[in-house]
Amino acid sequence: MADNGDDIDAEYRIRDGDYVVLKRGDVYKAAQIQKKRKIVFEKQWFFLDNAVGQLYGTTFEIEAGGAMKPHSAKQDVSAADRDGKKAGTDNRNIVDDGKSQKLTRDDIETLKEQGLKGQEIVQQLIDNSTTFKDKTEFAQEKYIKKKKKKYDNNVTVLRPSTRILAMMYHGREPGKICHLRYDTLAQMLALGNIHAGSKVLVFETCAGLVLGAVMERMGGYGSVIQFYPGGGPTRAGMENFGFPPHFHQTLHEFPLCKVNALLAGRLEAEEGPEAAGEPQEEASSGAEVKEEAPEETQEMEVTAEGDESKEKERQERRRERKVYERKVKMEEKRKKLTATAALLEERHADGLVIASRFHPCPVLLGLLKFLAPSRPFVVYCQYREPLIECYTKLREQGGAISMRLTDSWLRQYQVLPNRTHPVLLMSGGGGYLLTGTTVATDTAKATTKQAKEEEPASKRIRLEEMDGASSNNSA
Amino acid sequence: MSFVEYSEVVQEDDVVIVFLGHDAMMPVHVRSGAQTQTRYGAIRHSSDLIGRRFGSKVTCSKGGWVYVLHPTPELWTLNLPHRTQILYSTDIATITLMLDLKPGAVVCESGTGSGSLSHAILRTIAPTGHLHTVEFHTERAQKAREEFGRHRVGHLVTVRNQDVCRQGFGVEGVADAVFLDIPSPWEAIQHAKAAIKRQGGRVCSFSPCIEQVQQTCAALVASGLQELLTLEVLLRVHDVRSVTLPLPDFGPEDDQHTHTHTQPAPGNALVTVKTATPPREMAGHTGYLTFATKVRE
Repeated sequence: MADNGDDIDAEYRIRDGDYVVLKRGDVYKAAQIQKKRKIVFEKQWFFLDNAVGQLYGTTFEIEAGGAMKPHSAKQDVSAADRDGKKAGTDNRNIVDDGKSQKLTRDDIETLKEQGLKGQEIVQQLIDNSTTFKDKTEFAQEKYIKKKKKKYDNNVTVLRPSTRILAMMYHGREPGKICHLRYDTLAQMLALGNIHAGSKVLVFETCAGLVLGAVMERMGGYGSVIQFYPGGGPTRAGMENFGFPPHFHQTLHEFPLCKVNALLAGRLEAEEGPEAAGEPQEEASSGAEVKEEAPEETQEMEVTAEGDESKEKERQERRRERKVYERKVKMEEKRKKLTATAALLEERHADGLVIASRFHPCPVLLGLLKFLAPSRPFVVYCQYREPLIECYTKLREQGGAISMRLTDSWLRQYQVLPNRTHPVLLMSGGGGYLLTGTTVATDTAKATTKQAKEEEPASKRIRLEEMDGASSNNSA
Repeated sequence: MSFVEYSEVVQEDDVVIVFLGHDAMMPVHVRSGAQTQTRYGAIRHSSDLIGRRFGSKVTCSKGGWVYVLHPTPELWTLNLPHRTQILYSTDIATITLMLDLKPGAVVCESGTGSGSLSHAILRTIAPTGHLHTVEFHTERAQKAREEFGRHRVGHLVTVRNQDVCRQGFGVEGVADAVFLDIPSPWEAIQHAKAAIKRQGGRVCSFSPCIEQVQQTCAALVASGLQELLTLEVLLRVHDVRSVTLPLPDFGPEDDQHTHTHTQPAPGNALVTVKTATPPREMAGHTGYLTFATKVRE
């Protein structure tokens, strides 16, 4: 660790308020660095205060009282570098009598209470195991690895990325992300051609993980429009990425329940009555509201002075302020909605990503209308049957080609000298994907082309010229 | 048109993908006055392609029609001229995610091969990243350079014609990620480590054989790289179709309520179900992907 303090490493240092990922073994947990905030992770509790100023990737030892101390270089126990190592060749004389470990459960608890480090406990367990020296070299290594996993209390602080967060969610809370496995998410990002500068539509109920993954690939260039069901978008997973503020400026949102209105061109009309339905004449313009409210509050202050009904007045004032604040918020929301609607109305978005707990068919057929021709779309579903329906409907409707229904298998391997094999437990399924490319639908122009096909050659050329598509036709 | 930026209409000198039908596509370099022959007849570039919107239907001389598509790295992978065995999108997608690639990333790659992965990397790291790719075969290196230029991504990539196992990547301490697809990746691990930033980064090696993986992992551990992970990802493409299953005939039902039912005509009753069947044959193995992290020195 070259720690020359100079600012070359500044951007690699953990700062207060940062979103980070904690790692212990193969287990991850997303957290925000907040001073004096207790974190519970893998049956341990600690404070992240000491992580501030350290470099990303640093491993910490958890000390009594929850403090973290940067873990010094390797002093780990491993079978290979144990001196005077003795090992058996097979297990013909090893008997499982349940008495090989001389330390009792209570002894181990006492060691823990004494504040012994994980390493030291593992060493104690080895020293007090009567069968350890008779185990084969491989079995010894396996024993140490298993004990280390249990007693090592080191935590590494990492910078979040799609890889880490997708693995974290899939490992810890697959239900929250519709069981979307990280290799499937990888396919979605690639097949959706997600890249900087494009305009991507996202509809997801994967806690914001898919949204975050898309935003990471866009790098703050272009725009992302998130459709959301219900009262507002879910973005906890996206927040965990800890994107810089300018990324958030490229993120827009649009309620799914207004899609039909937008497609029918009556979004504005619908906005009016709904706003009027709000108490306190929400229909008035934002400018008016802003002028009005401060005056009112000033007036309140004057009348409140020396009055015995002070409390009542104050309550009134609070209520007024609340109403005013809500008005401003509503107005802001409406403005945003109008801006997003304008982005959508052009109907030339560059990509569509769907991953939700809803039936994908109506979502796909509805949102596909906002896509430009020759753009990829990706639909994720935990189940195959709804995607079969999407495939069939889209075939009938037209406007999409190269449709593929796929799923992927992910197999992990243990690679060790003389012990290489697939990992025993593998994921049974990571969900299904329907992918395809949009094309221009048969509009008036296309139908004339269709008609052309039945016509004699000479007439066909003339029609083509009328199309205006051919300026310097050679024929 | 560019592989890193969408455009609306086809222009002179673009590379477009002509979609002829299910799994039949071809790349076309658009030149005014040129013609391309397809099974549906000729496409005249000046009249049929230039000025047309991407995604539109184009009628060929024999009356059939095709779609003209905007190129993407995934379409290019399916259509590129093979100079070597290539990586396909399933592995490419996994590599991209597991290497933490994003706009601004600096990546080293060897060998360049046919440029299948290179295009996907460039798409992901644009507009501010850079790809340093090394190919020891002179002609392949030159072909790749020409292709990158034609696809308007030349400014994002440096192609070096050298042996990565001996001379490395030609850069040191700059990369966020390194990818190796060479016969003896263990000979390039030290160079990979040197190419990565002092603050750390990610490595991936692709090998078809498990013995190569073992040697690579040994070299990675010896070089002090951490978090080794070896994966294999396989894609299944399902065929969506309707299948019809005949119902068996159990003979007349011996039931007092039979008069309320209408008996199905025995022997020819059928049920149709929509289904997606897995492929009869599929790519069962491409290669093992081994990932590792270089931690800060």
